Amino acid sequence: MLTREEIKEIEEEIKQYPSPAVACIDALKIIQHHRGWVSDESVKDIAEFLDISNEDVDGIATFYSRIYRKPVGRNVILLCDNVTCMIMGYQSLFEYISRKLGINFGGTTPDGRFTLLPISCLGDCDNAPVLMINTDHYNRLTIEKIDELLESYK
Amino acid sequence: MERPLTKHIKPGSSAYNLEEYKQVGGYAGVNKALKNMTPGEVTNLVKASNLLGRGGAGFPTGVKWSLIPMDGDKSRLKYLVCNADEMEPGTFKDRYLLEGNPQQLIEGMIISAYAIQAEKAYIFLRWAYKKAESGLRKAIDEAYKAGYLGKNILGSGFNLDLYVHSSAGRYICGEETALLNSLEGKRAIPRTKPPFPAISGLFGRPTVVNNVETLSWISHIVENGADWFKGLSLTGTGGTKLFGVSGKVKNPGTWELPLGITMRELLEEHAGGMTSGHKFRGALPGGASTDFLIEEHLDVKMDFSTVAAVGSRLGTGTMIVLDDKTCPVAFVHNVEKFFALESCGWCTPCREGLPWVEKMLVSIEEGTGKMEYLDLLAFNAKYMGPGNTFCAHAPGAAEPLQSGLKYFHDDFVKHISDKKCPWR
Repeated sequence: MLTREEIKEIEEEIKQYPSPAVACIDALKIIQHHRGWVSDESVKDIAEFLDISNEDVDGIATFYSRIYRKPVGRNVILLCDNVTCMIMGYQSLFEYISRKLGINFGGTTPDGRFTLLPISCLGDCDNAPVLMINTDHYNRLTIEKIDELLESYK
Repeated sequence: MERPLTKHIKPGSSAYNLEEYKQVGGYAGVNKALKNMTPGEVTNLVKASNLLGRGGAGFPTGVKWSLIPMDGDKSRLKYLVCNADEMEPGTFKDRYLLEGNPQQLIEGMIISAYAIQAEKAYIFLRWAYKKAESGLRKAIDEAYKAGYLGKNILGSGFNLDLYVHSSAGRYICGEETALLNSLEGKRAIPRTKPPFPAISGLFGRPTVVNNVETLSWISHIVENGADWFKGLSLTGTGGTKLFGVSGKVKNPGTWELPLGITMRELLEEHAGGMTSGHKFRGALPGGASTDFLIEEHLDVKMDFSTVAAVGSRLGTGTMIVLDDKTCPVAFVHNVEKFFALESCGWCTPCREGLPWVEKMLVSIEEGTGKMEYLDLLAFNAKYMGPGNTFCAHAPGAAEPLQSGLKYFHDDFVKHISDKKCPWR
């Protein structure tokens, strides 16, 4: 079931479009914002609310890399693995974070605190290497900065 | 040297609000266009300026606009879309403009929408650009309050609503027609062309899609004219360009410079040359989807036609440098992996070719590659090339691959014959 707040937010998005179905991606983002990810049940709820098929909603949800169809941790680390960050030392950052948290790309720590994912170029290549945690952007990273950075996300 | 696009951007401090922007001459372009020019005159001026699209393809902006039907039928909705889905690896120029001067973009969009008589406009923004998003939303609010957006702008009778759409990821959204599908709430699959968006674009209506940097130029061209714009470049093409350099250079960054400066000037004078202990081996001059250029090309002028003449593309103008401490096979592999991951899966050469290419490159890099892979890689590069796919994704992926195979042939061979990567 969509909550009253979710419905209100989705309806707000529908206003700028010629038909409700157009708001599908927005609806997925709204659900994810509130629940952390998009479950099968949420896919059905969105489909019903926007009057489109479950398959269409799922096709859209699985297409976009920033829609999660599996549960993720409370904090999602998005580490850029593209070419400039590779040149500037992404590999050692990855190894350090992966070892520290005991997870690989795609993994979530057992306490549900962090999920680690790769991300394509974040458009800050003159300050590489870069990563995002949730919606916060960090650049010019070194291994020394990682401990303190992760500490601020509970 | 004039820097019209970036002169009001102060790195480290916040962007001008509307009032500050007006104090330095902002919105004079909107005033001039909406009060003293017809839509056709604006389009003709932009055509005369020869402003080439700054998103990477370099298509003439005024020509794109002139394809929009202008039959005066008010009921025919038209759209202007700003492509702010910057995601080309190695590219960080639109972020600079979006964060640094959102009012300049909005002003450019108002004039552009007026030129094609579109009453709805969208900014399709990369989801990750959070600072840009909040800055744009604030700037749009200010523009509504000041009467530059909304109904009957400056008493001209022209109406415009402007929305920000934050994306949900995927590089393919930067492809013009995939972007339109995404904006319609669908999977971002490129469309067959024709019909081109100018005839049937967003929601089946005439639509213009322009890049952030392109639209940021419009107010300056309206205020200062086509000849002024042409005079800014060293080559006569028109305008300055945001250039960038990343990789092992002393001073990576982005700078507004005249079109036509040499690759050497960009690399040595602006980026400060290579980091000590590193030698230049080559560079992708305009993002990941452009062909490598090497030392012999350092004196090439950075402009659309001059870079094309030596077998690459100016692309986004942001260069990724390959140094001698970085393995060229690993470099090419990283780029191809990106393209394989970001393929939308719609056409065969891209969906099947890219993962195949990626696997062969991994195996060469790890020392298990075979000599026959070199021919297979070249075959795939050709098969993914122009004419075999709906969009430019696979042809773009083919560019660093084919040129990497050509310029770093000996390195590929050495990986295979020595059964290991010499850089590991």
